Amino acid sequence: MSAPDFLVHAATDTVGVVVVETVLPGQTLTGWVMDTDRTIAVAALDAVPLGHKLALTDIAESDTVIKYGHDIGRAVAPVRRGGHVHVNNLKTKRW
Amino acid sequence: MSLRFHGYRRENGRVGVRNHVIILPLDDLSNAASEAVANTIKGTLALPHPYGRLQFGADLALHFRTLIGTGANPNVAAVVVIGIEPGWTQRVVDGIAKTGKPVAGFAIEGNGDIATIAAASRAAKDFLQQASEARREEIGMDELWISVKCGESDTTSGLASNPTVGNFLDKADALGATTCFGETSELTGAEQVCATRAASPEIAAKFLATWTAYNDFILAHKTDDLSESQPTKGNIEGGLTTIEEKAFGNLQKIGREARFIDVLEPAEAPARGAGLYFMDTSSAAAECVTLQAAAGFVVHLFPTGQGNVIGNPIVPVIKLTANPRTVRTMAEHIDLDVSGLLRRELSLDAAGDRLLELTLRTASGRLTAAEALGHREFVLTKLYRSA
Repeated sequence: MSAPDFLVHAATDTVGVVVVETVLPGQTLTGWVMDTDRTIAVAALDAVPLGHKLALTDIAESDTVIKYGHDIGRAVAPVRRGGHVHVNNLKTKRW
Repeated sequence: MSLRFHGYRRENGRVGVRNHVIILPLDDLSNAASEAVANTIKGTLALPHPYGRLQFGADLALHFRTLIGTGANPNVAAVVVIGIEPGWTQRVVDGIAKTGKPVAGFAIEGNGDIATIAAASRAAKDFLQQASEARREEIGMDELWISVKCGESDTTSGLASNPTVGNFLDKADALGATTCFGETSELTGAEQVCATRAASPEIAAKFLATWTAYNDFILAHKTDDLSESQPTKGNIEGGLTTIEEKAFGNLQKIGREARFIDVLEPAEAPARGAGLYFMDTSSAAAECVTLQAAAGFVVHLFPTGQGNVIGNPIVPVIKLTANPRTVRTMAEHIDLDVSGLLRRELSLDAAGDRLLELTLRTASGRLTAAEALGHREFVLTKLYRSA
């Protein structure tokens, strides 16, 4: 396959990671789910920078966000599928 | 691929991959004299640092353990120790002398800087000439001690460069190498998963007790959620959001198979033979690598995302990254580009093999980017205020 636009660690993850340098709103992105070797497609809602996360499902406020198949924090604002997930809408549960 | 390298067999049987003669200050006051000696005897290396006065208790013990361990590291052929007074200077000399390597101590009080520099320079010259006759010999991978720690990580670290180190570490473990990971606070969120990688329930309990003590220290001193400290501002710029996310990425460095066989104090040398060890360290790059070097590790693998530029004065630090922008913008700092993993042009197994080959070449004498660029960050861990 051609190079993916985003990668997903585990099939249960609710976020993927953009691995290309330019993602524009409205662009349809191809993703590789690494643990199951599946390919998925998501339409980007935001310009998501290289290395930043993209929501793979609609995420509600206070939802746990899953990456690596594990809990990486809680959403503090809702994010639509294809939206940018970062410090404005995701916080640690630890500190 | 030959799984052998050419290293220096030291007096105590350990194997080094570099042949440094170091000028080691006991304390901040002795930095100027140490640097003057290294400036006079070209080819020796001073290791200035800011501490060594009025420390006490566990913090003082760590200071001595780190200095003695640095001098004892097999990458060091011989050591000149300079301190403000003779008592503690001799303590460091005696600790290093247990390895059998040449070591001499010089004290400044009663002599002044200039006479101390002259006497220490004569010893340094003799040591340097002796060291210049050391020859490398062929050594197996099972005698190589390798530490790992990542820095200025981003999400590409957890996707690719850390798993490359993990693949290497699984292979090195199977070959009987001695390896070490650390970064206690940076396992927060993944600490229970990390504990499942311990070799026994006792070691898992020891790990969790160590992690809990560090986390309690953070909880006692924190003024916010540590965002911009841990994760760092650079981590956040690179797309990492929470400590939990960073921790699961960090954990990729220990591969899938290897089990850690002990939990070490900061700068404590492994004593259970070959295998993977966890060391209780800060997650700040230079502090962690300095502690691992003081425990006797001779090569360091350092995956980065956004482009940490760290080196160490005595241990070669091999940098790898999968971030294509860092490969492009900071090429001079990167020893191995694994960005092909993100494009699916490179398999993880092939990336691990490339790192293994580069590590053996580095162990045989190839200079790392950090060595060529003169990065010599020597940063002592201080546990609390001095008296």
